[in-house]
Amino acid sequence: MAKKVSEYVIEACIKLSGLVVIIFVVSIFLFLLKDSLSLFGVHSVRDFLFGTRWLPISEPPKFGVIPLFLGSLYVTLGAIILCVPVGIGAAMFIAEVAPQYLKNILKSLIEILAAIPSVVLGFIGIVWLGPFLRETLGLKTGMCGLTGSLLLAFMALPTVISISEDAIISVPKTYREAAFGLGATRWQTLWRIILPASSSGIIAAVMLGIGRVIGETMVVMMVTGNSPVIPKSLLLPLRTLTATVAGEMGETVSGSEHYFALFAVGLILFIITFIINLIADVCLRRARK
Amino acid sequence: MLAKGEKMNTARIREKVAFTVLGLITLLVVLPIVLTIVYMIKNGAGAVTWEFLTQSPRNGMKEGGIFPAIVGTIILIIGTMLFSLPLGILSAIYLVEYAKDNLFTRLIKLSVVNLSGIPSIVYGLFGFTLFVMVLKFGTSILAGSLTLAIMSLPVVITATKEALESVPASFREISLSLGATKWQTIRYCVLPYSIPGILTGTVLSLSRAAGETAPILFTVAAFYLPRLPRSVFDQVMALPYHLYVISTQVPNMPAKLSFATGLVLIGLVFLMNLVSIILRAHYRKKRQW
Repeated sequence: MAKKVSEYVIEACIKLSGLVVIIFVVSIFLFLLKDSLSLFGVHSVRDFLFGTRWLPISEPPKFGVIPLFLGSLYVTLGAIILCVPVGIGAAMFIAEVAPQYLKNILKSLIEILAAIPSVVLGFIGIVWLGPFLRETLGLKTGMCGLTGSLLLAFMALPTVISISEDAIISVPKTYREAAFGLGATRWQTLWRIILPASSSGIIAAVMLGIGRVIGETMVVMMVTGNSPVIPKSLLLPLRTLTATVAGEMGETVSGSEHYFALFAVGLILFIITFIINLIADVCLRRARK
Repeated sequence: MLAKGEKMNTARIREKVAFTVLGLITLLVVLPIVLTIVYMIKNGAGAVTWEFLTQSPRNGMKEGGIFPAIVGTIILIIGTMLFSLPLGILSAIYLVEYAKDNLFTRLIKLSVVNLSGIPSIVYGLFGFTLFVMVLKFGTSILAGSLTLAIMSLPVVITATKEALESVPASFREISLSLGATKWQTIRYCVLPYSIPGILTGTVLSLSRAAGETAPILFTVAAFYLPRLPRSVFDQVMALPYHLYVISTQVPNMPAKLSFATGLVLIGLVFLMNLVSIILRAHYRKKRQW
């Protein structure tokens, strides 16, 4: 039976759409790479990757990415240390302890948190959390790494909780039944059987949480103080990779060294998140088996 | 016997303690969510008046309303939808209905995973080079919508994929056995049953796009533009960017107006989430297999 022309057209469109998705990822990478390479034509890769100073408008300009990288690393580590235990604990509670009605309420609340735009949390950081931390900890300024870490930990919670919860729930029923049959309590079962069995999924949850934190822009730009120096502590102002791109892009001349340097920063972000997501994907697939 | 009983007892006590701790951890997550919402409502609700919603900002944005920003955000939501919906749905149809397990398919899946992890600011960079510079759309609604659309693609694709996969294989088999072509089967026996699921995911992705700031920083957002756009090549104000601007760039900004702007943004995003939740509930009730 001959297919109608319209059917060929629609099937071609469907296949083309799949192709377009691949094209997007490849072209995002290539665009970033192309502009980064323009920087490396005039500026050595080594000075960029290992340089300890980011002074884009001094003469001559210095584009050392280390302070920004460390800024991102510190803020991310701070956020993850706060977010992971709390997130996994809450996931355990929601999945295994809470009765059904409470489970529904808790999940809706977490969906609400996931929906709050990051710029609103940044705003709360400026008007409340920053000043609050400054006063309680006696800091010079509340616009510092810690404020960023706290807000990012809060933002990453929905990701960590929902994926960990999925992982815990998807542990086969037989595991629980076997443990209960041997006389284990619910807690013993959860801690010694279910948690280890869902470890792949939980690792994926943590990785995706990290990816979310590293990539977040508005919160860190608004509350971490925007100081591109090597951070000595989380209690001082610092600046992340993302905040640098967002903050400086508007001020650069298109085609200048500074402009290309920001694309190189973007390329680093792309590569970091690419690797993190790849690891998370592998873990998720292992968890599904 | 006694020793064993005691051991059981300590296990029970341990369980109680552990579950209480998990409950407290969950409270640590839930409480800030509730407080955030209450805080925004308490400080902002008073300033959300009809005038605030329908007038332009005046006097360096320190007075007046946010009408152009609301309209701008709605235009961007519609623009994003126009691009991401067809592309996302067609790609998902390819993945679920057509794809064989080959390199092409695996590349698409890998691309979707990575698109979902790319930081929003990197989308901003990409959108700026490709749409604003290379394709010469300028800082415009078109460039901003396209950037947001690419960012929302992975969510649309994943949601559509799940909706399509939830339609039982028997529906397809019966249709095909009656002599329908592949596309007729998809069009009449799969899509009608997955539309609600697709809509749920799409609305959710759009609500996320509505709250994003980083991708629109250099592609569409206007600092201050108290008139409505005339074409797709115009800039617009947008709610998240407006909140960023008034809370960081405008000195002596009345806090009331910033809170109100944040509250309107949250309200808009929640409204979209609510639509998505209602669609989901409606869909579950109607489903008969």
